[in-house]
Amino acid sequence: MISQILFILVFATGIFLFARRAKTIRRNILLGKDVDRSDNRSERLKNLILVAFGQSKMVVRPVSGILHLLVYLGFIIINIEVLEIVLDGILGTHRLFASTLGGLYDVLIGTFELLALGVLVACVIFLIRRNVLNIKRFHSKELTSWPKSDANIILVTEILLMFAFLSMNATDALLQVANAGGAPDAAHYLAAGSFPISQYLVPLFDGLSVNGLVMVERGMWWFHIIGIMAFLVYVSYSKHLHIMLAFPATYFGNLNPKGYMPNMEAVTSEVKMMLDPQADPYAAAPAGSEPQRFGAKDVTDLSWKQLLDSYSCTECGRCTSVCPANQTGKLLSPRKVLMDTRDRLEEVGKNIDLGVEETDGKSLLGSYITEEELWACTTCNACTDACPINLDPLSVIMEMRRYLIMEESKSPESITSMFNNIENNGAPWAFPAADRGKWIDELNA
Amino acid sequence: MSQSIHVPTMAEMAASGEVPEILFWVGCSGSFDDRAKRITKAIVRILNHCNVKFAVLGAEESCSGDPAKRAGNEFLFQMQAMQNIAVLNGYGIKKVVTGCPHCFNTLKNEYPQLGGEYEVIHHTQLVNELLADGRMTVSGGGDFKGKRITFHDPCYLGRANDVFEAPRAVLEKLDAELVEMKRCKTKGLCCGAGGAQMFKEAEPGNKEVNVERTEDALEVKPNIIATGCPFCNTMMTDGVKNFNKEEEIQVKDIAELIAEAADLL
Ligand code: SF4
Ligand code: SF4
Repeated sequence: MISQILFILVFATGIFLFARRAKTIRRNILLGKDVDRSDNRSERLKNLILVAFGQSKMVVRPVSGILHLLVYLGFIIINIEVLEIVLDGILGTHRLFASTLGGLYDVLIGTFELLALGVLVACVIFLIRRNVLNIKRFHSKELTSWPKSDANIILVTEILLMFAFLSMNATDALLQVANAGGAPDAAHYLAAGSFPISQYLVPLFDGLSVNGLVMVERGMWWFHIIGIMAFLVYVSYSKHLHIMLAFPATYFGNLNPKGYMPNMEAVTSEVKMMLDPQADPYAAAPAGSEPQRFGAKDVTDLSWKQLLDSYSCTECGRCTSVCPANQTGKLLSPRKVLMDTRDRLEEVGKNIDLGVEETDGKSLLGSYITEEELWACTTCNACTDACPINLDPLSVIMEMRRYLIMEESKSPESITSMFNNIENNGAPWAFPAADRGKWIDELNA
Repeated sequence: MSQSIHVPTMAEMAASGEVPEILFWVGCSGSFDDRAKRITKAIVRILNHCNVKFAVLGAEESCSGDPAKRAGNEFLFQMQAMQNIAVLNGYGIKKVVTGCPHCFNTLKNEYPQLGGEYEVIHHTQLVNELLADGRMTVSGGGDFKGKRITFHDPCYLGRANDVFEAPRAVLEKLDAELVEMKRCKTKGLCCGAGGAQMFKEAEPGNKEVNVERTEDALEVKPNIIATGCPFCNTMMTDGVKNFNKEEEIQVKDIAELIAEAADLL
């Protein structure tokens, strides 16, 4: 009975902490400006199924893609086992599903064990890839300190959880044998499940008394479920949030051709007025609309989709590893752009929680991202193509460039002359517009 | 063997009440840059050879606004766009072919919302159509026999608009060997000029992007690096020079290669 209450307490605390955090994240994302992504449901659904559930873009890089698929499948399927653990915990039962599912239960547990081994091996390989092998995208500047530990903590936790699950089964199997032999302390360990993997762990626990076995089995059971609840809460503070947000991020992703950069409607009305002297100057601004900032200086100038992207980014660095600017030693890293966006958004959110009024004097552009980074982008879309969940760091870069130009008139000198040339001669270079047709004369010369 | 060619402007055509089959949007590079002008001329020779009824805007054409937009100047972009749209709509233009992937992308994707709705194609697509429809043939490839050609995907043609096959289909018509770089198609590396980089110095780093990209090309030992973009052409030409390979490796636009193969230059 005590253990049931304790269990419910642990479980409820986990859920409460997670829900509170989810609410904060939701509020933070909704600090972003509106953007309509409600169109084209069927195509969005298709992306959700193929790209998020089907991980079609992950396997572009086969090694990490397939290992990731293993962890992902393991994660989803082993959750069925967690359901049993939770119900057992609440009801005070043991292996609740065994009697109802009969033979199927054995198959399930067997499958879970195989998957658990798969996850375990994949995570070990991931750890080696991150820490031993010299893979460039795991050693960039933005991936030191916390982001690096974050990734390692997650991998180690997953390994421990899987190990706990298998040890629990191994000791359970031993207790089932003890029960069959009439040991009274093992009375409720009825024969259930098949243990294709954990049977190899049996020698570890073989020498233990029945009481010792029960302690280990219970210990592992508790470790497993407390671990999972702790993981749930931890994930919500980590880059690992992608295990949930990858789905909405993909669903609401950009469906336009990658080359299309949305035209700013606010600018359209102003330009129309400038070009048409007859235009009604009041027609452009609907009553009550605040003058908007052009482009983005801080996270609240970005759209909710861009903020969602920042929380969804798993810091894999596939974007940065294909970025021409980054590969040639420039400061720009599209991964860092999204990480900075998230970190600044977290900061803004904390300020709100603390009741700090309006501004803390910081902003995404300036305090986190420098102009030098922004100007290095060639808008080549390699990053958006490479991202396994269709995130769009480029759009964030462009919004900040817009702010620099349209609000602060700040640009490299040669860019300013390019603007002047276009304005004066209709070409980015200083050629007179009248010479535009010169090549025609040359053609027959 | 070049023949004298008449390039009608829209103003001329409109004056005689004629409508072109297609408007050739030349672009700023194609109009002013000496190297890119050679591409423009090749495109014109192809159009002329195939009896495509085309026209250009001449002095009425103005920058599409792409470099302004990608540098963050949405005002200037939309000013340019709306002025161009007024001209294009004034002439009742329906179909446009561009000599530059940046113009192509902008006209195709960003003009419609501003009132400019046209069927927009890139010149490699047009050349592909002309070849496929039998409106022109390349005579057995001529000089290209045994040559290795690699195609550098312009970002704004390829990744940005998913045009990967048309340029390759055209190149396959040449009697040459088409070799792909390790990074090609959706994975193609930028030449370094997009996003208004063409108009500024690169930020500090340890290499120029065009050098990195030229290395990709050199790896497959080509005789010719083919492109479909005047900016890529400049960047790759500079890249090849950087390795002192300009004697061995030519950088050419697809239009130039086809015009050469069809003996139009
Ligand atoms: S679009 Fe910009 S940030 Fe993205 S890969 Fe290209 S250069 Fe890098
Ligand atoms: S943006 Fe996408 S590709 Fe880049 S690090 Fe984040 S998840 Fe990976």
